[in-house]
Amino acid sequence: MNRYLAIYRLTARNSLIREMNFKLNFLLWMLVELLWFLGQLAFIEVLYGQVQEIAGWTKWQVVTLVGVHQIVSQLFQALFYVNLANLPELVRTGRLDLMLTLPVDTQFAVSTRQLSFDCLVNALVGVGIVTFAMSRLGMMPGLLQLALFAAVIPLGIAAHYAVMFSLSCMSFWIIRAQSFIHGYFNLFHIGRYPEAVFRGVFRFIFTWLVPIVLVSNVPAKILARPFESPWGGIATLATATVLILAATRVLWLMALRRYASASS
Amino acid sequence: MNAAVAKYLKVFDVGAQNTFVYRWNFVLRSVFGIVPLIGTIFLWKAMYGSSASGQLSGYNFSQLILYFAMTVFVDNLVTPTEDEWQIAGEIRDGRMSFLLLKPVSYLAYRFTLYASYRLLYTAVLLPGVALIFFFLREHITLPGHAFTWLAFGASTALAALIQFFLAYSLAMLAFWLLEISTVIFIVFSLEYFLSGHVFPLDLLPSWLAGFVKWGPFAYELYFPVQVFMERIRGEALATGLAIQAGWAATAWLAAMGLWRLGIRRYQAVGG
Repeated sequence: MNRYLAIYRLTARNSLIREMNFKLNFLLWMLVELLWFLGQLAFIEVLYGQVQEIAGWTKWQVVTLVGVHQIVSQLFQALFYVNLANLPELVRTGRLDLMLTLPVDTQFAVSTRQLSFDCLVNALVGVGIVTFAMSRLGMMPGLLQLALFAAVIPLGIAAHYAVMFSLSCMSFWIIRAQSFIHGYFNLFHIGRYPEAVFRGVFRFIFTWLVPIVLVSNVPAKILARPFESPWGGIATLATATVLILAATRVLWLMALRRYASASS
Repeated sequence: MNAAVAKYLKVFDVGAQNTFVYRWNFVLRSVFGIVPLIGTIFLWKAMYGSSASGQLSGYNFSQLILYFAMTVFVDNLVTPTEDEWQIAGEIRDGRMSFLLLKPVSYLAYRFTLYASYRLLYTAVLLPGVALIFFFLREHITLPGHAFTWLAFGASTALAALIQFFLAYSLAMLAFWLLEISTVIFIVFSLEYFLSGHVFPLDLLPSWLAGFVKWGPFAYELYFPVQVFMERIRGEALATGLAIQAGWAATAWLAAMGLWRLGIRRYQAVGG
């Protein structure tokens, strides 16, 4: 365990040095993310120009939700995104060979090769938006709320990880897997909507099979809708995340058995 | 003339075969493409639940569903997915040298590949689109006038030209910049919100709507769909098509101009 922590610390340090070598690129990527985020806020403005409430959610509650989504997804992107996005390329070119020979668990090795610090800055923008929205709601979260919030965020990151890792693993079966990156963004696109809008069979799918609706809704509700009991949502999110993480591990072991080590 | 046609038909064929090699990529891309549409439908259903009149900016629920279904269809038909990345890659890695030696126009070559990919993609997607339209059939109304189909065809073709030339022009920046993905994503984010992808543009406040009407992005998606829904007719249709043609011509000139400037700086990396 200590060895893994030491490796991770070194990776983080190297990533930071690398990013500081490309300062302009670092700033431009932050600008890209900021524009996307502003676009989402504009979208909410347009929606609430038409109605007062959506499925019982007011404007600033939805802004909180979008801010929370930003925090969770940017933290995920900071920690894992680039690595998982590169996995199909490792498989296609056979460079996964090298990772297999490392004296650490290969899933750990491929998932943590580098960190993206620009995303951490973007996560802070999310924190700013959530704080602002909370003040517009006239709400001051208590200690218990903040503790619960902090506890469910890692669950959300894990759910993001599990979904995208499973998609990337498909590259062991299907060679060109860019469509999976696309798939990840398409899936989490709907994570920004209030959970209450989903009904029927799709509600089941997006809650249990791919728990993308809960990851932002559960923490956002803890903060912005304290009158609803959070426990049911937390229990569901925790169970669904553990299940999909376990499924991810099984999928990874199956995928490795398929690995053909191209070109060697 | 015939030789030229035959040459580009061959390019078209190569593009089609290349696409079929990665057919699974293709199919999955379209399956995942449906997910946002599902989310959108649920979101707007909730929106209409909160609206007393059942109308939002002159759309009832069925019209809005039709709007989004058509947006997805036109988007799949005309939006380039990998073209700008491939072109930029060919410039950066020097792979373009091999094409410069051939008796083809690079612009025509890329356009043929784009057309082949889009048409094939749409053809493969058609059963899926038909299925979605079948599920949503109570919300779908087809145009009443035969003329609308013609106008829709024309504006979709113009939208394709704008989208392709814009993507091509952006890719040309690779002659000057090593890394163009940030630029592409910045333009893409504007495109995403201002082309009507996320919501119909008539929901925008009026001061913005005027600006959007004269800009290029609305003509990449929103305008053809409005034509199909017969929400734009008569004089407004003629004006819209003229603006659209203007943007297509501008984007074409930009694509040609940037190519001429860029090719002088081409370094043919790696050989």
